[in-house]
Amino acid sequence: MPKLHELTAKQTIQKIQDNEVTAQECVQAVFETIHKLEDKINAYVTLVEEEALNKAKEIDRKISDGKPVGKLAGVAIAVKDAICTQGILTTCSSRMLQNFVPPYDAEVIERIKREDGIIIGKTNMDEFAMGSSTETSYFGPTRNPWDTSRVPGGSSGGSAACIATNEATLALGTDTGGSIRCPASYCSVVGLKPTYGLVSRYGLIAYANSLEQIGPMTKDVYDCALFLSVIAGHDSKDGTSVNVEPKDYTKCLKNNAKGLKIGVPKEFFGEGTNEAVEKQVWNAIHKLEERGASHEETSLPNLEHSLATYYIIAMSEASSNLARYDGLRYGYRVDKDDGDWATVYSKNRRDGFGAEVRRRIILGTYALSAGYYNKYYLKALKVRTLIRENFTEAFKKFDVLIGPTMPFPPFKIGEKIQDPLALYMSDVDTVSTNLAGLPAISVPCGFTDGLPIGMQITAPPLREDLTLQAAYTFEQNTDYKTKKPAIN
Amino acid sequence: MVNAKHLNSTDKNNVTEMSTKNQNEVRIGLEVHVQLTSLKTKLFCGCSSDYKGKDPNSLVCPVCLGIPGALPVLNANSVDYAVMVALALNSKVSECMFFFRKNYYYPDMPKNFQISQYDQAGGVPLAVGGFLVIDVGTKRKKVRIGRVHLEEDPGRLVHQGAIDTSPYTLVDYNRSGIALLEIVTEPDLDSPKEARIFLQKLRSILEHLGIFAGRLEGSIRCDANISLTGGTRVEVKNISSFKEVERALSFEIMRQKNLVKKGLSVKHETRHWDESRRVTISLRMKEKEHDYRYFPEPDLVPITITEDFVENVKEKMPELPEARISRFVDAYGLPQYDAEVLVSDKALADFFECTVKLYDKPKEVSNWMMGDLLRNLNENNLVLTDCKITPEHLVEMIKLIEEGVISGKIGKRVLPEMVLTGKQPSLIIKEKGLVKISSRDALEGIVEQVFSEHPSCVEDALADENAVHFLVGQLMRATKGKADPQLANQLIHEKLESLKK
Repeated sequence: MPKLHELTAKQTIQKIQDNEVTAQECVQAVFETIHKLEDKINAYVTLVEEEALNKAKEIDRKISDGKPVGKLAGVAIAVKDAICTQGILTTCSSRMLQNFVPPYDAEVIERIKREDGIIIGKTNMDEFAMGSSTETSYFGPTRNPWDTSRVPGGSSGGSAACIATNEATLALGTDTGGSIRCPASYCSVVGLKPTYGLVSRYGLIAYANSLEQIGPMTKDVYDCALFLSVIAGHDSKDGTSVNVEPKDYTKCLKNNAKGLKIGVPKEFFGEGTNEAVEKQVWNAIHKLEERGASHEETSLPNLEHSLATYYIIAMSEASSNLARYDGLRYGYRVDKDDGDWATVYSKNRRDGFGAEVRRRIILGTYALSAGYYNKYYLKALKVRTLIRENFTEAFKKFDVLIGPTMPFPPFKIGEKIQDPLALYMSDVDTVSTNLAGLPAISVPCGFTDGLPIGMQITAPPLREDLTLQAAYTFEQNTDYKTKKPAIN
Repeated sequence: MVNAKHLNSTDKNNVTEMSTKNQNEVRIGLEVHVQLTSLKTKLFCGCSSDYKGKDPNSLVCPVCLGIPGALPVLNANSVDYAVMVALALNSKVSECMFFFRKNYYYPDMPKNFQISQYDQAGGVPLAVGGFLVIDVGTKRKKVRIGRVHLEEDPGRLVHQGAIDTSPYTLVDYNRSGIALLEIVTEPDLDSPKEARIFLQKLRSILEHLGIFAGRLEGSIRCDANISLTGGTRVEVKNISSFKEVERALSFEIMRQKNLVKKGLSVKHETRHWDESRRVTISLRMKEKEHDYRYFPEPDLVPITITEDFVENVKEKMPELPEARISRFVDAYGLPQYDAEVLVSDKALADFFECTVKLYDKPKEVSNWMMGDLLRNLNENNLVLTDCKITPEHLVEMIKLIEEGVISGKIGKRVLPEMVLTGKQPSLIIKEKGLVKISSRDALEGIVEQVFSEHPSCVEDALADENAVHFLVGQLMRATKGKADPQLANQLIHEKLESLKK
């Protein structure tokens, strides 16, 4: 019999509805776990225990009064600190926003609240989502629950770690170039980056707006489908939101891969891919074949340019998106504002941003400058189109594309942080789907030396159902889901 | 998603034909910013655009304050309005339009970038090309339009006194995000006067399109590029009203000519028009063009403007000034000049048509409006929409004259009261006792009085018909103009006849 904090969202909701337990008990159990483990993990920047327990009481009252409750009633949800929560500190793990309390809720938060989900805290991340290891956080790195000397991946490292340790039942991450899938892979949880435009970005603090999406990070595939059903859907406040009918993604979960055509691009197994990772992913593909799928090796040659393209576009957009942080209206401000506004702005930005953020702003500014714009930014946009065309071609033949989420298992904290290029290289298998705006899921598919490995399943635009069903079938026929880090 | 194909730079901009005329020739190009206040809301959020007189920073939301995470969403009506203007200016409406970010730091910009359609690299704005024909004296002149595009207004900086001496700057973001239409002319204007005429015509068009309330201060602003032939171009910013345009341009031309006379060079720079001191002051040197790092706005998708859409807008287009002038000439029989003056200001033209609906003598109405009404407005530095006079009241006054209740002369005294107080003319007449004296009994005594006070004039009048006018004038004066002029004339003649006997 699992303890309350170990339950999945589906189980939690069921037990609360059946009056076996109260929402309050469930939330309390999660907070007990948080208090026990946070010193070792550092998954959270902010906790809102009192508010969460009050909300749980409210839901319990509704249930005892026989009133209807929402789809996520009583579930403890952690939110990446890049997503605005009204009245709750939202820092982006940056000194710049260490005192920023948003005056409004992001659209996804409104949707969660409407379904009676309970926000329990804000999770640690790479500063402004710039990183793949959660080491650039102003509040210190989050640690990998499977080996606390290692990184949890990033940038949504806090969200992945808190799911792996049962410090939350569901979590929201954001994914600009792999920031949901990378930590999901490194912490052995499920993480989905939805199709660009499927989930509203309203209230997501922008890093690179043409690439990023908010998505679910969960204990299993069912929870992922459930959570996606709540947060997805058209939002008139986001001009890039896709106008599609709301959908219950849990309905597409069948333990069956019959007729599923899998493409295996060789570019996902490029130079530097760890042998154990490669082997486990192939095992996973064969597992799906046992359930009726077929595979074929293929090639998407333009993926070779994904990393360069991604970093130019992301940094260019970031240099503009982060211009607003000048300390005038909100955010970090140096003590003495002597001097003209330009001097004060410079001081605020120099001290308020960390080194990686400053690096990307400077590189992005350079890439957009007169004389370089055509050479870098415009060229990157053109290559982006070519990459998208490669995927379009591939999906004429295949239902999904499969490869490793990360080329190698989690590395040591401090191992790559002094070498930005090595760190950027770790995104090699994830950035292309952001460039093409496609849905992709990372699902646990094994271990090497006790460190998790994740499989990435990519599908055509708006075919989240395909990624979810393939991941679900795999999960149902393996026992990786039941493996939990010893720290629990 | 932006298709890179559309982003190829064409380098068509910055082609300025420089003629080799003499040094004193002036070339002026205008960048006119029109606030689309008729949109009711701002360009990218639902905040009210009616910000005049509101408490500072009271009409703001996460979007127009640039709060992290907030996203812009285009107000669809802004495209209708902008296309309407483009059509009225004979511009070519683009099939697809993009928004770009113009990146620069300034305290009036909450995001430290402005969402605009100008990208300096040949990106596609809402409309390109076009022209507007203006009448300068007797000649007609075609002023070429470079481009028409949409962008967001920054916030407003408030200073204590002049910008360069104020000890602090306050920022009001109520204006931040208001829809602006930028209309850029080629440097085709030769004088401050032409610039004023151009702007007046443009304003009339915009008012007729119903897209902005031009009377609101700051709702139409312009920057001007001014150069002497062969000389360096200077940009003058912060010209906030029509009256200021002529002043600012005249000052700047004089300044440049003086420099040339002294053998000094005109620097390539941006200058600020200081309205209170009536001088332009240097703000920043333009030795190097600012690098705005334009790139496509990722939060807004490109907008396709179909032919059907344009046709639809065309059908909805209200009557434009040129057509209205012709109609005034044809339907009301007004002289061309009258029609032009009335239509130059939509409020005047509307007032005229309302009045004519109530009183079917167009020329009579036009005469009162062109003469006394306009003179009164000008003398009091008023515009028609500021004052309370109504078409009903003007009709009543004209009818009072027609019915002989007051004289035309009294009418000229009643009208200013109507303009200033908005009172009904009959009430003014009653209050001031201005009803015409048409009874023989009331006037005969006064005639006696005039004759006894001016005996020598009576002598003259007996001999010379022309001197009679003086006596009539005296009678009118003694009755403060209220005497029925015909009767006054008649009584004076009768009295003279009786003396002759």
